[in-house]
Formats: sequence, C-alpha cells, structure tokens
Amino acid sequence: MEPVTLQINGATHRLFVAPHRTLLETLREDLGLTGTKHGCELGECGACTVLVDGTPTLSCLTLTVEASGSEIVTIEGIGTVAHPHPLQRAFAEFGAAQCGYCTPGMILTAKALLDHRARPGSDEIGEAIAGNMCRCTGYLPIIRAIAAVAEELP
Amino acid sequence: MRLDPHHGVVGTAAPRIDGLAQATGSLRYVDDLAFPGMLWGKILRSTQAHARVVSVDTRAAEAMPGVRAVLTGEDLPVAFGLLPVSQDEHALAIDKVRHVGEPVAAVAADDPDIAQRAVDAIEVVYEPLPAVTTMEEAAAMADEPIHGEGPRVNRHREVSLEFGDVDAGFDAAYHVREDVLFYQGNNHAALETHGAVGLLTDEGRLHVYSSTQVPHYLHRILAKVLEMPEGAIRVTACPTGGGFGGKTDVFSHELVAAKFALVTGRPTKIVLTREEVFYAHRGRHPVLMWIKTGFTEDGRITAMWLKTYVDGGAYGSYGAASLLYTGQLLPVTYDIPAYRFQGVRFFTNKPACGPKRGHGTPQGRFGLEVHLDKAAEDLALDPVAIRRRNLIEPHSLTVNHLRVTSCGLAECLDRVVDASGFRDRYGEMPPGRGLGLAVGAYLSGAGLPIYFNDMPQSEVMLKVDRGGGVTVYSMAADCGQGSTTMLATVVGEALGLDPTELTVVTADTDLTPIDLGSYSSRVTFMAGNAALEAALRLGDLILTAVADEWEVDPDRVELGRGVVVAGDRQMTWREAVQIAEARWGLLVATGSYKPPKDIKGDYRGAGVGPSPAYSYSACVAEVAVDADTGVVSVEKVWLAHDIGRSINPLLVQGQIEGSVHMALGEVLMEEQAFRGALHDGPSLLDYKIPTVLEMCDVESIIVESVDPEGPFGAKEVGQGPLLPVIPAVVNAVYDAVGVRIDEVPVRPDKVIAALRDRTRGGTGRYGPTSLPDYEFRPPLPVDPPGR
Repeated sequence: MEPVTLQINGATHRLFVAPHRTLLETLREDLGLTGTKHGCELGECGACTVLVDGTPTLSCLTLTVEASGSEIVTIEGIGTVAHPHPLQRAFAEFGAAQCGYCTPGMILTAKALLDHRARPGSDEIGEAIAGNMCRCTGYLPIIRAIAAVAEELP
Repeated sequence: MRLDPHHGVVGTAAPRIDGLAQATGSLRYVDDLAFPGMLWGKILRSTQAHARVVSVDTRAAEAMPGVRAVLTGEDLPVAFGLLPVSQDEHALAIDKVRHVGEPVAAVAADDPDIAQRAVDAIEVVYEPLPAVTTMEEAAAMADEPIHGEGPRVNRHREVSLEFGDVDAGFDAAYHVREDVLFYQGNNHAALETHGAVGLLTDEGRLHVYSSTQVPHYLHRILAKVLEMPEGAIRVTACPTGGGFGGKTDVFSHELVAAKFALVTGRPTKIVLTREEVFYAHRGRHPVLMWIKTGFTEDGRITAMWLKTYVDGGAYGSYGAASLLYTGQLLPVTYDIPAYRFQGVRFFTNKPACGPKRGHGTPQGRFGLEVHLDKAAEDLALDPVAIRRRNLIEPHSLTVNHLRVTSCGLAECLDRVVDASGFRDRYGEMPPGRGLGLAVGAYLSGAGLPIYFNDMPQSEVMLKVDRGGGVTVYSMAADCGQGSTTMLATVVGEALGLDPTELTVVTADTDLTPIDLGSYSSRVTFMAGNAALEAALRLGDLILTAVADEWEVDPDRVELGRGVVVAGDRQMTWREAVQIAEARWGLLVATGSYKPPKDIKGDYRGAGVGPSPAYSYSACVAEVAVDADTGVVSVEKVWLAHDIGRSINPLLVQGQIEGSVHMALGEVLMEEQAFRGALHDGPSLLDYKIPTVLEMCDVESIIVESVDPEGPFGAKEVGQGPLLPVIPAVVNAVYDAVGVRIDEVPVRPDKVIAALRDRTRGGTGRYGPTSLPDYEFRPPLPVDPPGR
C-alpha cells in the first residue's frame, strides 16, 4: 500500500492505496464519490472523466498514486441539486441528460472547455466532448446546453 | 372531469423531474449502492463455443482467503427464460456451454481483486463439440445440436403464414422484383454496464437491486429459479444508465447475486465489465432476407413475399417474438393485398440475441424500404410516389389483422419531403452527394403480455397527503426515456398540478403496482392510461366532496391550476383535499390499463404485432460519399414522427435525436461480429459507436394525429424514429454514387467494392447473393379481414 494525499473538491484526503488502484476506484469505492461513473474500463467512453489540475482526465486510466498532490474536481465538487452549477442547470433544462450516465463526465469536460475558452463555437464544443460518449441524446442537446451557458458567461 | 389537455402541463417542453439529480451525479445507479459487509461477485465464463462441461473444480478458489462462496451450475439447477416458450437457460452452465462467454461458475469475495483471482483459480475441463457459427451451418443436420437430441437442424422457431392469394397477386402484377439483403447484428452499448446487488433484509427477505428495465419479470424469474415464493422477494429496479432493450432480459448475474446473498447472508454486488456485456448481449439479430413484391404499372403493390433468416445465437431469449417482428409490422405502413411471410430463427454458438430498440423490425423495414426504392426506379416512379400509392389508411385493418387507429404517416411523408426539398433535389445533387427517403411504424406497446393472463398490463396508484402532496406509484422503470416524468406530467395535467411538485415512486415490487416493464414502447401508452384513469378518479372524489361542501351541482365544480373552482367560488387544492379526506377517508385512487381484445387476428403467430396504436415516422437523409475512401458521412436527417400527442416535446425531440444517433451507428459502423465463435472485439475500443463527430444535424418534426385511445391522444416515440433512418441513408448512398449496398452496416470497404464492381462493368451492388439451404414448411393460409 502506498500513502497518497489527494485534494478533492477542495478537501484533503490522506489514505493508503494499492499501487494498481485506479483513481476511479478510489473515488467511488474508498471515498464514496459515486457521481463519477464506470463505463468501459479502457478509457474509451469518458464516463469516468474528472478534472485533474483543471484538465479532463480519464480516472479509469489514472492510478491513484499518480494523482497524489494534484487538485481533483469531481461532479460533486461543482454543484448540488439545491445549488447547481450553471452547466448542471442547463443540462437539465435542455434535456441534455436522458439516462444521465455520461452526464457527470460530460459536464466536467464542458467545464474545462469553458474555463479555458470564453466563447467556443459549436465545432469547438464538439471537439472538446468528442472523447465523451453519450448513447441516448445524439449529443445535440448537450451542445445546446453548453452553448447556452457559454452565451451567458461574462 | 375534462379529458382534453387544458392545464398547460401536457404539451409543454419541460425538463425531466430528475434532471438535476442526473446532472449533479446524485442519482443512484446500481453500481453506486454499497452496504455494510458487502461482497463482490465475479463470474467465470466459458472459453469454449460448444462443449460438454466434464468437471468444474472449485477447491482452489474456495481455499483462498477472502472467498466467501463459490457457485456452479448445480447450485441453481432450475431452467428459465423470459418467454414461457423458451425455458432454455441456466444461471450457470449445466452439462454444456453453448457460446464463448457463457457463465460457468461464480465467486463472492471480500473485494473484487480476490474474487477475480478466485475465478481464475477455478479449473474447468471441457470436452469440445463442433461449433455452429453461421446460419448455413445451422440449417444443416447436426448430430450434436445446440439444444436437444440429435440428429436435428439447429432451428429454434419457424413461421410460415400466408394472408390472401399471393401467387395470384404476382400473376396479376405488371412488374415483379426480388431482392436479397442482410442486416448485421449489433449491441445496445448502453453506457452503464449491467449490475445487481442481492441482500437479505433485516427480516430475512431477499432484496435484489438491478439495472433492469423489467422488475416484474425479474421478480417472477427469481422466484422460479430460487424456488421461493414471490412474496419473499423484493425487486427494486434502479435508474438504468441506458437500456435500449439490453436490460429487458433476466441475466445470470442477477440470479447469482441473489443466490450469494442467500448462501452467505451478506449483500453481494456483481457489476459486469464491458467485455461481459458483449457476451450477455441480447442485441439486434443478424437477419438475412429475401423479398419479392408485385406491382401494378403505377406502383400499387399486388402481393408481397418475405423470407427472413434470423441468427439467434445460443438461446431463445425473446427470439420467438423477434422472429415474428421481422415481418409482422411491414403491413402497418402499406396496404398489402396479399402477404406471405416465412421466417426461421436458428441457434448458433454465439451470445444470444434479443430485443434492441425496434425489436426485430428494423431489419425487415430496411429490406422493404430499399427494395421499394429499387422498384420505383424499375417503374420510373419517384420514391415519394411509390410510397404514397400504397399508404395504409387510418382506422383500418392490415392484411395480417392488425388494427390501425390514428395514422399520421401521410403527413409525416409530406413534411419531410417538403422540409428537405426532396422533390427538387433528389437525383439532382452534385456527384458524391445524395438524398434518401424511407418510412416506418412501431408499436405503442405489445398488445399481449409475455405470459398469458387476463390482468391489466399496467396499474397506477395515487395517494394524497394532507398537505396536498400527491404521490404516484407505478412499477414503470425509467431507463432514460423519461417515464417517471411522463407519469408526473399526465397526473399533473389531469389534476392541474405542477409535475415537479408530485412525488413519483417507481419500479419496486414491494411498493408499486404492476407495470410489465420498459419494453415495446409501452409505458407512455399503458402506464400513462393507467395514471390518467387514477387521476380522473381522484379528481372526481375531490370535486364531489367540494360540491357537497359548497352545496352546488358536482358538474359545476372544476379543477384549475392548483385550485378548485365553481363559478366565482374558489379554494386551494390543499383545502380541497382536506375536505375530501374528511368526506371519504384516506384519499387513494387506482387506475389500470389493459389493451382491447379485438386488436389481433386468430391464427398461430397473431400474438406478435398487435398494439393498441402504432406510431409512424418518415425520414429523409442527406449524405456525402467519398468515392476514394468509401466513407459515408450523414450530413442531415429530417425526421417527422407521428406521436399522436406530444406529452412533453422536449423529451419527444430527445427520443427522435437519440434514435437518429443509434440508427447512424447501425447503418454506418456497428457490428456484433465474430471470427468463428470469437467476438471480433468485445470492447468500446473495437466496437465503435458514433461520437459527436459522427452525429449529424437533425430536423425533428412532431406530428400529432391524436390517437383515440392514447393518454391525451399520445403514442410512442422511443423506438419508431430509428426505423426509417437506416434505409433512408442506404437509399441516399445510391443517389450519391449510384451503387446499391444491400447490407448494413455500410462500411467503407463495401462502398469501395461496389464502386469497383461498377467500374468493371458490374451492377455496382454489394450484398448477399445466396440463402441458407432451408425448406420452409408450407404457409398456413389465413383469410385477410373482411375477405
């Protein structure tokens, strides 16, 4: 077991993990942050996306020990039902979630885009979310939701 | 009580009532559940396609520290299957394995790593048997058939029906055309893999949580396989991370997780890996089809003969129904005067196929719509004209005795033709660009239940609390389609309440009354009607009580938005429910829905195809085809869908756009393909689904024919819009580059092969050329209705 220090959603967690434990397993099973989803275990679907130092990162392909010392943001860290992030509110309003399983990863990818790029066009939004699969919506309401939030940015 | 929507709830594009729970990650899927002392289960799967299981040695696994239980086939000896006619599966293999990836044994351990190591330590001795992997092989006599005793053909089911005099129709035809086409199988690829948790309640009852679309069927099969009374079992269907039909069967891991809970007394969770999902499968059936149609000179159909060869994989699953669906719904769009339908479903040593969005109908629909375009060209008609000439009429019976009520197909066709500029642009686009047209129809719920009974298919209960809160109880399982929101919307509209203020309790066998499940696009129509009936009864109780209180005629009292009114008198809903509770006692109301009995014919096979109402769709697709690479890009789809009445246009549009996405995957890239008996690539790296970069622009057109029997006139939208997209794209490829790809998916190599064939003087066709050597039994003659 390896000692690691993780900064997750602004809180510090010190824990021991097996060297092969993935960040996805640590978040979901050790810390109960189940908003991050498992979809393919091969880094293809994007459901496990979290932000590591602001960059969308596949937590199923990241070892927990690699993330030690980094700032990690999960879906739980950006808003709640009572106080949703503008992207979370827009995803609900635009029907950008049907089954909702890709949604946390998709929203974090969108957040990283909007954090770095104030007024992305729909092509840029598409490029940004091309690594996040959605099987329900055909992506179109997702693009609408992200574009609507981008419009409202100062 | 008024039956027309007038409260502004139905017809309003509103977010899902669970939308924020989804977007914040707080919605709990089955894999998000954890319980004290929970074990993790893993399943050992067969490495053999077809083999006798000589021995399973679990001693090394059992001896490993942290292993709490090991199960093999003999621990769960009762056979099961979703359809009563197909009781051919076991939770873990007994005596034989029939496909690579079939569950053989299982381990429950303190953590997943230990469980996996223990699974790897189980030693199985197999005696390999010859494997059957193609339909041609399956059609031959086998000494060692996949099921039953040999020698016999690996046939699962056969259908052979004739409605009217088909030969006379061909004789009378001006033109007769035949085509052979193939539709490859594919997987649902829902983002969430399947999972289940079994546990014992404090009282010792079994409680199973599962990512299932059909909690009622899971409940029944758990009781059967575990040999327990249904009352001793509780099933909770968690919100599923996508279903598309992939979670409508009952799976090994659900039964095994439950058994582990009984054996160990500890909660046990099993979540499938993505690879395991491709082995569990139950996806789209590969279908080879031959279709022959006679036409008059002006394009009127005189007779049609369809043969389908269906590759079922190793088990029955829903296959007896899937087989019938390959042909039974074609007469729902076109008035076919005489129709012969013959089909056979074979067993092969591959994961079992089952229902996927459109269940059995996309394959035949693809065949017919491509075939019609070719016939139109033969007859020098345009694709619109040949379809227009044959459209089914509203309120009519099809040749195979299906009852059509509302039908907005003509309007759907006109709307997509106009919106896309089809008449001006078809055949006139620059080289490499093309348009294609197709139509389709689908069930608003299967008319017959899976197991024969006379009880309702859906029941809803409403309860009112003293604060005016209304709780809706229904077993309908939300698999992402929005059924929970639909229930709140229907009840909200009837009672003048905001759907977001209602509480909806769903999909739990202890708490909710029966709904058969989220399959066959049945929930809006059936659970919606049950909810509407319950809401109308509840409304009557409240209006009667208020009328008594006010001493006015009950007919003068009405529900407004959150109020009860009579002339200029008004009280709040909350005051009204308190008066009603004082008058009646506990305020509950129930509603039930059972489809009418007169919607089916009286012949063997007539049970598959009837529905209380059919949705209709029409599609125009615009494509660009790169003649150098063979890559087909779909640039835009116009999709008009007759939903009867749009309960929530935001969710309706979502189903249309999602259907287009899934159709693009099927027509362009997705294949559940095999090398021999080995899956070609059981991962999302190898099995490609469209990303946002492959998605096209979609113009959704909602057509409202207002069905006389649907809740507020509503029909389905979850599956129908997928159907016409696939043939529309294939027809557009022909318009773009002049080659016929009679096989789905339209991979680049097939386009290139067809283009090369044409360059060398061939027909420029890519597709199957032969059929399995299989003799159908003579068709059962059935008189068409009224003839």
